[in-house]
Amino acid sequence: MARRPLQEINAGSMADIAFLLLIFFLVTTTMSTNTGMQRKLPPPPDPNQKNDEKNVKERNVMVVLINKDNNIAIKGRPIQLKDICEKTKKFFLNPNNDENLPEKKIKDIPYFGKYPVSKGVVSLQTDRATNYEKYLQVNNELVRAVNELRDEKAKQKFGMPFDELDQDKQKAIKEVFPLNISEAEPRRIAAGAGK
Amino acid sequence: MAKFARKGKGGTPAISTASLPDIVFMLLFFFMTVTTMKEVDLKVKIEKPKATEVKKIENKALVKYINIGVPIKKYQSKFGKEPIIQLNDAFAKVRDVVPWVDAVRADMDAENRSKMTTALKIDKNAKMGIVTDVKQELRKAKALKITYIADKTTQEDFY
Repeated sequence: MARRPLQEINAGSMADIAFLLLIFFLVTTTMSTNTGMQRKLPPPPDPNQKNDEKNVKERNVMVVLINKDNNIAIKGRPIQLKDICEKTKKFFLNPNNDENLPEKKIKDIPYFGKYPVSKGVVSLQTDRATNYEKYLQVNNELVRAVNELRDEKAKQKFGMPFDELDQDKQKAIKEVFPLNISEAEPRRIAAGAGK
Repeated sequence: MAKFARKGKGGTPAISTASLPDIVFMLLFFFMTVTTMKEVDLKVKIEKPKATEVKKIENKALVKYINIGVPIKKYQSKFGKEPIIQLNDAFAKVRDVVPWVDAVRADMDAENRSKMTTALKIDKNAKMGIVTDVKQELRKAKALKITYIADKTTQEDFY
C-alpha cells in the first residue's frame, strides 16, 4: 500500500478559539488602573502615654478644621480651598522666622548638612458629618503643599524634580520637609469656625 | 511568456485566513498585558473623588480594598440607602474590619505582611463618620499604610 502523505492539521478553528479567549479576557478584566493618595495612619494610641498633643507649642500647630457644613477654617479663620496650599507652604517654610509660625530644629541631614527643619504639625480635624470629598480635597491640598516644597528644594539643590532623584536624595529631602499631618480623633465641630 | 500564464479559471482567489489566528492571538496578548482582573464585584455604588496628588497603585498583590458606598438598587431594601462597608464580596460592619485585616494578613506571604496597603475606595458623598470609624479600626489592626483611591485630575479642574 502506498503511504498516505501526512495530513496537515486544520488550523481553521484556531481563530475561533483565540477569539473566544480574547472575548473572555475583555469581559473579565478592566482597563483602568486605580490611582490613590498614599498616607500613613498614626499607630494606635498607647494607653500608658499621656496625651502628647498638649506638649506641642501652639505656634507649631496649624489646626485645619472642616465642619459639618464643609466649611474650612485654619487657626479659627475661614479659608477657601484654593488658599490652603499657599498657607501651608508658608507655615512650613517660615522664611522670616516669624514668632507666630513654627520653630525650627537644627538637624543633621545627608547632602544638606545642618539644616533647620520646621517643627510644624498640621492637625486636620473633621466632623462626623463632613463630606468625604471635602476631606480628601483638603488633604490633597496639604499633601500638595509639602510635595511642592520638596520639588522646589530638589530643583534648587540637585537641579532635578523630586521624582527623578535617587532614593537617598529623596530620603534626605523628605527629612527636610516631613509630611507632618496629624489627624485628631473625630469630634463635633460647631458650625461657626473656632476651637 | 509561459511563466505568467494564468492557471485554471479566472476570478479572484479566496483570501487566505491562515494568519487570522496570529492576529487574534496578538490582540489577545495585548489585552492580557494591559488589563487587570476585576478585583471583586462591587455591591456598592462608588463615585471616586478627584485629587491631584495621586500615584498609580503598584504591586497589586499587596493592596487590599475596603469599599464604602451606598448599596446598589437591589440591595437597598435590605441594607438601606446609607453608605455601608463592603469587604471582599460581602457587606460588613465596622467591627468586621479588624478580623478582616487579620484574615487577609494570614493569607499573605510572611515577608509581605508588613508591606500590606489598605486601599480605601470610598464614595465621594460618604460622610467622614464611617470613614473615621474604619480608620480607627485599621489603626487597631495595625494596618497603617493606607491609600485613598481617587481619580487623577489636573490642577485647573480640581477647584
